[in-house]
Amino acid sequence: MRVPILKQGGYLIASIQSALSDYELLQLRDDLSAQVGRFRSRGVIVDVTVLDVMDSFAVRTLRAIAQIGHMRGAETVIVGIQPEVAFAMVQLGLALGDVETALDLEEGLALLDLRTKRGESHVTES
Amino acid sequence: MSLKAEIHIPINSDADIVTARQQGRELAQQAGFNGSDLTVISTAISEVARNIVEHARSGEIVLSVANGPGRSGLVVVARDHGPGILDISLAMQDGYSTGKGLGLGLPGTRRLMDEFEITSKPGAGTTVTMKKWRR
Repeated sequence: MRVPILKQGGYLIASIQSALSDYELLQLRDDLSAQVGRFRSRGVIVDVTVLDVMDSFAVRTLRAIAQIGHMRGAETVIVGIQPEVAFAMVQLGLALGDVETALDLEEGLALLDLRTKRGESHVTES
Repeated sequence: MSLKAEIHIPINSDADIVTARQQGRELAQQAGFNGSDLTVISTAISEVARNIVEHARSGEIVLSVANGPGRSGLVVVARDHGPGILDISLAMQDGYSTGKGLGLGLPGTRRLMDEFEITSKPGAGTTVTMKKWRR
């Protein structure tokens, strides 16, 4: 299933709805990269709340999403990593590197506002 | 008590990785695991299943519940008939990778589980057997 990507002002919000295969993760990466350009987005949020596993491939792909987005002028925040998932990632030795994270969607939006220095403008901008 | 029936999951594509870890989580839950153990077990299964897809293209994951005297747990066997691993000690080093991975697959997976054993014959395939005991 394709991950739905919601456009909210200058931001893109990708809400993962179910467990993703490697292929679907790569599709999300490509979709986000394309839409950052199409919508001239300055920020991307990837909501991973429903993921009960984040293995090495998922982490690598999320890092790629953030790096590609950055090269396209958008900041990425990963939100909703569950405590058990964080625990397993640390044990496995996985790190998100310099990818920004936030507790939930609300915190993620606030962080993007800070990073893109746009204040509340994402709400009112077309 | 004896071993319960085994669950065999053929691994032929990346979608099978998702199936394997979901079935593993389900069986672990039935075996009495909960909380972060479930996540740890399904993450470990994901890594060994991905190893099969990346290095051998196809293989299988076999899940079973182990009931020993005074303890119970989950046994995961990942088996393939791929090219095998030439140097297991090298493959078990953090950061070593011949694939597209971060090189954390096998050593990381060993950290997730209580028991981890790998046998491999170049040209004949690889078998990883790992166990998690209920605390």
